[in-house]
Amino acid sequence: MPFVPDVFGQALNGLSYGVLLFLLTVGLTLIFGMLDVINLAHGSFYMLGAYAGLALIAATGSFWLALVLAPVAVGLVGVVVERACLRPLYGRPPLDQVLLTFGFIYLFEDVVKWIWGGRIRSIPPPDVFSGSVTVLGATVPSYRLFVIAFGLAMAVALWLVIERTRLGAVIRAGVADAEMTAGLGIDIHRVFTGVFAFGAALAGLSGVIAGPIQSAYPAMGVGILIPALIVVVVGGLGSLKGSLAGSLIIGQAETFGKAWLPETSMLMIYVVMALVVLLRPQGLFGRPLR
Amino acid sequence: MRGRVPGPTVLPRLLAAVAALAIVAASPLFLGTYPVKLLQEILIWGIFAMSLDLLMGYAGMVSFGHSAFFGVGGYVAALALQKSAGLTAALVYPALAAALVALVIGFFSIRVSGVYFIMLTLAFSQMFYAYAFQAGWLGAEDGVIGIPRPAVLGTSLASLERFHLYLVLVFGAAALLLWRVVRSPFGHVLRGIHENEARMEAVGYPVGRYKLVAFVVAGTIAGVAGSLYAQFNGQIPPDAFFWTTSGEALLMVIIGGTGTLAGAVLGAAAFILLQSMVSTYTERWMLILGLTFIVFVLFAPGGIVGALRGRIGLRA
Repeated sequence: MPFVPDVFGQALNGLSYGVLLFLLTVGLTLIFGMLDVINLAHGSFYMLGAYAGLALIAATGSFWLALVLAPVAVGLVGVVVERACLRPLYGRPPLDQVLLTFGFIYLFEDVVKWIWGGRIRSIPPPDVFSGSVTVLGATVPSYRLFVIAFGLAMAVALWLVIERTRLGAVIRAGVADAEMTAGLGIDIHRVFTGVFAFGAALAGLSGVIAGPIQSAYPAMGVGILIPALIVVVVGGLGSLKGSLAGSLIIGQAETFGKAWLPETSMLMIYVVMALVVLLRPQGLFGRPLR
Repeated sequence: MRGRVPGPTVLPRLLAAVAALAIVAASPLFLGTYPVKLLQEILIWGIFAMSLDLLMGYAGMVSFGHSAFFGVGGYVAALALQKSAGLTAALVYPALAAALVALVIGFFSIRVSGVYFIMLTLAFSQMFYAYAFQAGWLGAEDGVIGIPRPAVLGTSLASLERFHLYLVLVFGAAALLLWRVVRSPFGHVLRGIHENEARMEAVGYPVGRYKLVAFVVAGTIAGVAGSLYAQFNGQIPPDAFFWTTSGEALLMVIIGGTGTLAGAVLGAAAFILLQSMVSTYTERWMLILGLTFIVFVLFAPGGIVGALRGRIGLRA
């Protein structure tokens, strides 16, 4: 393939992977900002989303219905996890909560294996986007273009909600100082539950969207967790802007690594992370450490 | 208040530990091959869990990257043992390599704490996984296979009984070393850092240096555990580096009880025994493991040792 179309095609692939990572890491970074918890089960929510999507497509025959309903289902799982297990731990050191979410990785992965079996299940893209189109000489599956458009639209919508609505103001206040926000008469525990569930739902949403690209398999949650954490480290913990920038950077690094340096492709994202940590330990948009 | 002042309680507990180890050492005389192999696995994972507990339970540094040292120890032993069969290849090189890696990772990681420390250590260990998984000279995704067992003074340790004795001795040495470390003034400073890092800093302790030394000591011993693991299985896969290996060691420490070396070993024993029992009856091993862990974090944060203390009034 000639150079320009090749680069352009890879860049589009990287962009679609990047927006996927963005949807996934929004929840991770908001939950951290508010609860000081790194939710290690976040990848599991992504996996649950893919399987919920699989089941809903089988039940309803509609990808679009699954795209709406699967995140709701995963969000409800998030509510249960937060209410039943995280809330009792709020008085304890935050690390206890991190460790708790680690236990859920095993739980969710095995439940999914139990119900759906361990093999890879492919999820077909919706009929409208099952073909491919040629852009600037590069042939791209049209579903990927949909993912990019959808992801960028979600980013704008999220930005509007968080920066321009009262609810967003409450969330930003909670991230800045949860105790003070509670002092202003806001039921911070409900906000915690809401943010946790919302983050889980977004992770579930990215799982459904990833389905037609990556298929569904039980270990996909453990697999995506590391890139997601790297995005958050690169972008800066607790920062939405950072999450967006980090996702786009890591998406490109991984895609171009795979295309151009296949022997060491898996190392690429770590190299990016190491550079950022050395030059700017708090991440691109993070609050200064300590 | 769990001051570990040397006193009348030390000797009985030391004797109990030695007696327990002696029984384990003699177990091939009265146990079959399978239970002895389970014991061997417990010894190896016990060393690994104890080394992690030095970081978690004493210095308060929760690391999700301990598998880096386990894997380095395993791979170095695998390569060295294929060249020569001595104890240098089996223990010294792996320990030195792990120490060096721990020094580098530690140098960068100790500059941050809490979740940042978790994520940095995690990313470092994954870097090793990513490399080993694609490196042809390390067998890529299959890892190194056909690792011979070492020989001591011309006697091969290939047989179950001899390898068992060797494991017990290495375990005893590692446990004794860690026990000395946590009871030393150095260990007390680590506990002080765990309790209140800012105060230790203000009092004038070079906190960073203490943390780095603790990190290197823990990494070195984890390397020995990884080396033993490679010798035990005769192979070392890249999965040894994968972050769930660190996670499993973490589960062992939490289930057993953080901040006590005996707890780490108990946790390793509980983990290995549970795994072997559960997986004979059902395929749902991971589900049960996850639930067990969640229950421990929620209701018994002190682990088995903490629960025992509460129940029968056993004191540290």
